[in-house]
Amino acid sequence: MNITLNVWRQPDQKSQGQFQSYPATGISPDMSFLEMLDAVNTMLVKKGEEPIAFDHDCREGICGSCGMVINGRPHGPERGVATCQLYMRHFKEGDTITLEPWRANAFPVLKDLVVDRTSFDRIIQAGGYVSVDTGGVPDANCIPIPKVKAEEAMDAAACIGCGACVAACKNSSAMLFVSAKVSQLALLPQGDAERKQRVERMIAQMDKEGFGGCTNTLACEAECPKKIPVTHIARLNREFLRAKLT
Amino acid sequence: MELNSKIPEGPIEKKWDNHRFAMKLVNPANKRKYHIIVVGTGLAGASAAASLAELGYQVTSLCYHESPRRAHSIAAQGGINAPKNYKNDGDSVWRLFYDTVKGGDFRAREANVYRLAQVSGSIIDQCVAQGVPFAREYGGLLDNRSFGGAQVSRTFYARGQTGQQLLLGAYSALERQISKGTVKFYDRREMLDLVVIDGQTRGIIARNLRDGSIEAYIADAVILATGGYGNVFYLSTNAKASNATAIWRAHKRGALFGNPCYTQIHPTCIPVASDYQSKLTLMSESLRNDGRIWVPKKVGDKRNPREIPEEERDYYLERRYPSFGNLVPRDVASRNAKAVCDEGRGVGETGLAVYLDFADAIKRNSKAWVEEKYGNLFDMYHEITNENAYETPMRIFPAVHYTMGGLWVDYNLMTTIPGLYVLGEANFSDHGANRLGASALMQGLADGYFVIPYTIGDYLASSKFQQITSDHPSFSDAKRDVEQANEKLVSIRGNKTVDEFHKELGKILWDYCGMGRNADGLKKALEMIPKLRDEFWKNLRVPGSSKSMNPELEKAGRVADYMELAELICADALHREESCGGHFREEYQTEEGEAKRNDEKFSYVAAWQFNGVGQPETLHKESLTFEYVKQAQRSYK
Ligand SMILES: Cc1cc2nc3c(=O)[nH]c(=O)nc-3n(C[C@H](O)[C@H](O)[C@H](O)COP(=O)(O)OP(=O)(O)OC[C@H]3O[C@@H](n4cnc5c(N)ncnc54)[C@H](O)[C@@H]3O)c2cc1C
Ligand code: SF4
Ligand code: FES
Repeated sequence: MNITLNVWRQPDQKSQGQFQSYPATGISPDMSFLEMLDAVNTMLVKKGEEPIAFDHDCREGICGSCGMVINGRPHGPERGVATCQLYMRHFKEGDTITLEPWRANAFPVLKDLVVDRTSFDRIIQAGGYVSVDTGGVPDANCIPIPKVKAEEAMDAAACIGCGACVAACKNSSAMLFVSAKVSQLALLPQGDAERKQRVERMIAQMDKEGFGGCTNTLACEAECPKKIPVTHIARLNREFLRAKLT
Repeated sequence: MELNSKIPEGPIEKKWDNHRFAMKLVNPANKRKYHIIVVGTGLAGASAAASLAELGYQVTSLCYHESPRRAHSIAAQGGINAPKNYKNDGDSVWRLFYDTVKGGDFRAREANVYRLAQVSGSIIDQCVAQGVPFAREYGGLLDNRSFGGAQVSRTFYARGQTGQQLLLGAYSALERQISKGTVKFYDRREMLDLVVIDGQTRGIIARNLRDGSIEAYIADAVILATGGYGNVFYLSTNAKASNATAIWRAHKRGALFGNPCYTQIHPTCIPVASDYQSKLTLMSESLRNDGRIWVPKKVGDKRNPREIPEEERDYYLERRYPSFGNLVPRDVASRNAKAVCDEGRGVGETGLAVYLDFADAIKRNSKAWVEEKYGNLFDMYHEITNENAYETPMRIFPAVHYTMGGLWVDYNLMTTIPGLYVLGEANFSDHGANRLGASALMQGLADGYFVIPYTIGDYLASSKFQQITSDHPSFSDAKRDVEQANEKLVSIRGNKTVDEFHKELGKILWDYCGMGRNADGLKKALEMIPKLRDEFWKNLRVPGSSKSMNPELEKAGRVADYMELAELICADALHREESCGGHFREEYQTEEGEAKRNDEKFSYVAAWQFNGVGQPETLHKESLTFEYVKQAQRSYK
């Protein structure tokens, strides 16, 4: 099939960007979205033009590298998939597809569709861990953890740190991302000792990075490729309150 | 050059303990005087960087990703082994050791494998303490499953996302050290050269991928934890950016390359659909616990699989290997899939696929049961192929997955260049000629958490280091060379893209050095590769500048290295006139078509020394002795 791409091109962080239009011809519905972009890039390279820069690596929805706003929606029209898991069969002949980078103050654009999400790492640095050094820990089966709790912790831990939640949110809030980590560790006995500092520090860092507040629009949950539910935000709020009260 | 593997004295159970006692220690107050660079933040790199910083060393960590958490390890699905024997099914350190040596087809160093088995239990403890949400039973204790090449259940897992959860554990330990200032982390940096001064490793040259600037990093020791090179084949299950550049450039600086031809071709991947395919997707080996592999008995049977009656199906693994059945090791499963497809019994449009069928598991248990265990894999399969595997069997085919070969290291994980260490998939150790499932995660974390923190101290404490700065000619020369090489790539201005060259190279390797290899084919490949390499340097097109973010240039540098590495892979495969594990030389097989080793001639590690591009490399041999596991023909019957 033949489609038209309308792509945000920006040479570097300092320059102004603009939309540019490119034809994508001879696209097979069984191509992945990124394979379609590969094809367009091959055409551009052959013409001696710079290909469209986008982050990607695993191409199976787990590394969290890829991510672009496709026709206004982070990771595109399908629910529960990252951009790399999207297939062209979800588009039709003659479509015009608009591609933009994540837009958020805390995610500056580095080039075209590539943004800098290191603010997420700094939030983790603020407390997204259990303070244990290597060695000297108890046997793994020492502390039983009820299956239901372990599963819920795993649901939260499934976050791939892609930033779609931020891109989807009109306030550019990182609450879903932060809540996923806080929730995972709050559900496990291993995370208990540092519960209070963890939530306080991570939230403080989130504010410092320039992410906005949460006004419960639920846009994040709708666009999250791992379907992380907003119930984790509720738990985060409880954790935060509890930390403030104790 | 004399290869000294530095295997400690004593009985195998005591070697590691004896060695830990014999090694020199760095006094706690002195540790902060030493500076260590860790390249790579996958399981091996992140665990090493965090653990070394905890000990008090000054650590610099870098990777080409935006965040340490994006390393390829994140994609591992199935699980991680440890002989905890929580299942009471007869597992032990000894059994894991035995399975791994046998699984590797007697081409690994016994002492290393034993140590790996010994420390693996601590890995699970460590990960649980970090908050890794492993799968659990209703009683709250940890659950296990089985993987190929083993008859016990020793694989720990976190749904189909084990690598992700283990990496996030190691990443959180690393981020904790970064926040304390004990690790300095640099994102989007690609190491492009190693700096060796007076025979000692003293640093690296890296490109800042954000702006193209070339930077020098100085240290007292360098650790490469840069992953495998399966992408030399173009199509593989590896992440797109996984590459050989760090180890290849270290090889060119003098580090020997061990067993480059040992490649693992994983039996259960989604088949290639067409030539725009950019990568292959693995369907976790855990599926072989409950899925049954078959093809039609008749050649060219194109009926819908559900219409093929039971008696007209050939469950060829169950038939040929009754005791291991669908859980034979990967090399055996892949080779058998190739064999039935070669006979014309392959399925799907291309005929290059076999069925992996869950109908019996669904009948025996329920669809819900299968869904709980493998739901995410079925979803992934559906997303890619648009087929519902609950109703029709999955189609699978082998794909390049893992490289057992890598830089040669001694028992301390040090290469032939003093002060250069290699961990994880990037080294050649532990897996011999074939890796068992769920053992790479184990090895990466063993190397990083429990081996390197001890062995590196011995080197630092017993070496003298000159004070140097980045003005040192070795640094400035290396920097200039790297700049010139990048400039060269953007200035060729030819007609072919990096991917076009890469695909051509991959096809040569897949055709002549893939699942089946023979002397004629390998010789042909050895003629084709240098020609392609010449064309690459004349006809490549890389738009943009070397002094800005330029993903096309990044790919070009990696493919330039593959053009050299591919030649070594084929030369190694040609010289090894035997079949072992993943290296199947068609001329050397038993009557039943199994791999036939030649222990008299080839019971050694082939460690190659670089002599210049296009020049034959010099072979050094580390002979392997098997004192504890008797060398025998592997049998999974
Ligand atoms: C799809 C898939 C599933 C798998 N499932 C399993 C499983 O279930 N169980 C199992 O045991 N194994 C599994 N494996 C294998 C296992 O995941 C890998 O072998 C292992 O994760 C490799 O870890 P590593 O730390 O050595 O390297 P990697 O995770 O590959 O990390 C490499 C790191 O090095 C960096 N790097 C590389 N080169 C440079 C450079 N030049 N400059 C700067 N940085 C550089 C990268 O940025 C990255 O941080 C699987 C592999 C695949 C492909
Ligand atoms: S919560 Fe979801 S959308 Fe947000 S970073 Fe995690 S995976 Fe991405
Ligand atoms: S490329 Fe890894 S999540 Fe999309």
